[in-house]
Amino acid sequence: MPMEHVDGEDKGKIVLFALSTCQWCRKTRLLLEELKVDFSYIYVDLLEGEERSEIIEEVKKYNPQLSFPTLVLDDGDVIVGFNEEGIREALA
Amino acid sequence: MSQTDDARVDEFYERLKEQVEEAGYHLNSDVEFTKALLESILVNEDRYGYGACPCRLASGIKEEDLDIICPCYYRDPDLEEYDACYCGLYVSGDILSGEKQLTAIPERRPAPDERIVRSEDETGTLGLESISNLPLPVWRCGVCGYLCAREGPPEICPICKVGKERFERFI
Ligand code: SF4
Repeated sequence: MPMEHVDGEDKGKIVLFALSTCQWCRKTRLLLEELKVDFSYIYVDLLEGEERSEIIEEVKKYNPQLSFPTLVLDDGDVIVGFNEEGIREALA
Repeated sequence: MSQTDDARVDEFYERLKEQVEEAGYHLNSDVEFTKALLESILVNEDRYGYGACPCRLASGIKEEDLDIICPCYYRDPDLEEYDACYCGLYVSGDILSGEKQLTAIPERRPAPDERIVRSEDETGTLGLESISNLPLPVWRCGVCGYLCAREGPPEICPICKVGKERFERFI
């Protein structure tokens, strides 16, 4: 799976499901980088075939509306959309 | 981005800005943010053959995505309720003047399992059969709500300039 990894402080497993074309997704990624946490991200719009369907099903489990960005934190918390305050608080 | 892409985005920006201002809408005044979105719409145009919303996952099948071709069907309700469209490309007068701040807003598009996809020849009347003895059908633009009574929808919406495939039979 073509997950990109960004090294940083370990706050558990953090995965960002994003779209390569979306500005709110970009802001979310930049915020995680600013917070210097260890995380992985994947651009769902760039996937094809089976890989794409698999990831879509996974995102729907966390966020049935299948909207982006969907950020999944280690404790299972899911933050949908660019919720700057929510992300800062959750990762403080 | 290459020089030619830059030029393409600039040209798109100038053209769209003029067109939407004329129709009473406003593009986000953060030009960098706005141009990034327009660049993404062009990317989607090349990728899918239609300018799908940059902040939503397009299916690649136009019939399934008629609601999210920019400008999407959710722009006007979102401008009304949240002062911006989902991507933040279009903003209200209050945001433009600085009276309100742009923030990310919730997704209005139904979840994948709840979407209704119209087949191409379906007219999609909204249960208004009772006035069906009108001499002509009435068509509604899904983007701006423009209504017209004629045999078929116009090639291009005279108000918001979207194509005829975005119209639904209303009555
Ligand atoms: S109007 Fe806004 S939310 Fe709708 S498709 Fe265009 S950029 Fe996306």
